[in-house]
Amino acid sequence: MPASRRSWIARTSTLALGAGAAGWSALLVLAAACRDDLGLAMVVQAEASATSAEQTSNFQVPPPPFSAGVFPCTDCHDPEIPVNTNRRELKTAHQEIQLRHDEEHRWCLDCHDAANRDMLHLAGGALVPFEESYRLCGQCHGDKYRDWRAGVHGRRTGHWDGEKSYLLCVHCHNSHAPAFQPIEPMPAPTPPRRTP
Amino acid sequence: MSHGCDAGATSGLSRRDFLCALAGCAAAAAGSCADPTHTPFFRDHLKELTPEDKARLLRELEQEFSARYGKPVEVALDSPRPGVEFAYALDISRCVGCRRCVHACVAENNQSRDPEIQWIRVLEMDKEKGVDFAHADPYYEADTVPRPGHFYVPVACQHCRNAPCVKTCPVGATWQEPDGIVVIDYDWCIGCRCCMAACPYGARHFNWGEPEIPAEQLNPKTHYLGNRPRPKGVVEKCTFCIQRVRAGLYPACVEVCPVGARKFGDLRDPDGEIRYILEHKRVFVLKSELATLPRFYYFFGV
Repeated sequence: MPASRRSWIARTSTLALGAGAAGWSALLVLAAACRDDLGLAMVVQAEASATSAEQTSNFQVPPPPFSAGVFPCTDCHDPEIPVNTNRRELKTAHQEIQLRHDEEHRWCLDCHDAANRDMLHLAGGALVPFEESYRLCGQCHGDKYRDWRAGVHGRRTGHWDGEKSYLLCVHCHNSHAPAFQPIEPMPAPTPPRRTP
Repeated sequence: MSHGCDAGATSGLSRRDFLCALAGCAAAAAGSCADPTHTPFFRDHLKELTPEDKARLLRELEQEFSARYGKPVEVALDSPRPGVEFAYALDISRCVGCRRCVHACVAENNQSRDPEIQWIRVLEMDKEKGVDFAHADPYYEADTVPRPGHFYVPVACQHCRNAPCVKTCPVGATWQEPDGIVVIDYDWCIGCRCCMAACPYGARHFNWGEPEIPAEQLNPKTHYLGNRPRPKGVVEKCTFCIQRVRAGLYPACVEVCPVGARKFGDLRDPDGEIRYILEHKRVFVLKSELATLPRFYYFFGV
């Protein structure tokens, strides 16, 4: 997270310097610093507390449910080959993925990192491993993220007074088409018999 | 809650004395009456048993069940944990009516397969009508759920703080434990079904026939006040999986729910799920106009 803070400030500074006016840039850098202190610091703190809560043994998340043979991504995505970052229909691999997740506005590389194929990235550029994908989901679905951390969104198993295990968002929601699919119900109870 | 049995105990003539007198106290019967746990029928109320009597009673039941089902069956009588008050919350904006909870409950709590007894009833309701018991259907059949235009309200014992069933029981066979669980002593129940008439939620079920549970499906980890095999002619109901929750585990229905709609915890834990729901979500209870004060909350998670 400190990395993303630095990069955010750096980018803001570059933008400001690009504007050309030294005075303005100083002001903007100052604004960025203030913003960083007030806003981002709070986010970082929240993230940190979440992480520390997750690191205590009370918080267990099973490994992400990868389709067979897709991970690590670098098995196929050779880091040496330049990445085609153009939005396009996939023809040579992953054709089975039907994106139904704000597909008008999103595409693979909005979540998957182009430089490090085995990682995801947040909107700010910070890399996130697949095991912590909830941080990525939580960027847009903040209310669900909050509820999930409180144990209210999603299933918890284990002990009500101690060790619990959580599921990742992607255990229940297909990240590419997250709407919950209808399921088959179990048998209905037998209606009471009426004697004629 | 305990008034019923206390009153019975102080009236001077206990059920045991009365029954002995009635039987004329024949020599053989007198022998069994001297032993408060010799048979479930002639013993004292559970709350009046000494720890030794309780241990003996549990051992006898374990022997009986182990012989009947051909495998070791454990009958525990874990006490409520001090300072803990259980509550339950169910997210009706997420429940899809898949009935996984119903069948997990049957398996965990040794409910009779034939005649069929199910502690949880999932009611299908019409979105246009809202929570309306007059138009609720527990017998819905569907290829997939949720069906469009419907929502689902699973109903089991609400563990009311002001429980009509407890008030109406003429023999003190059902009471509320300090941790909030309304329990039944199946050996003390006389099968009058007054509690079933009193319960506004239809949560209590009567064993009209001898309960049948295939031995291989019997859950051998049981609690005296919970999921031990029941005799014919007694009432039973949800106990929040007393055998699990007093050991610190979540109830079986919470663990199985595929949409995570079921939440359970300690109402007195300020950081627990239940308090979070009560503080942050829209919450209601069923039939609040009856002032039964349920411990079972329904909420809208979205």
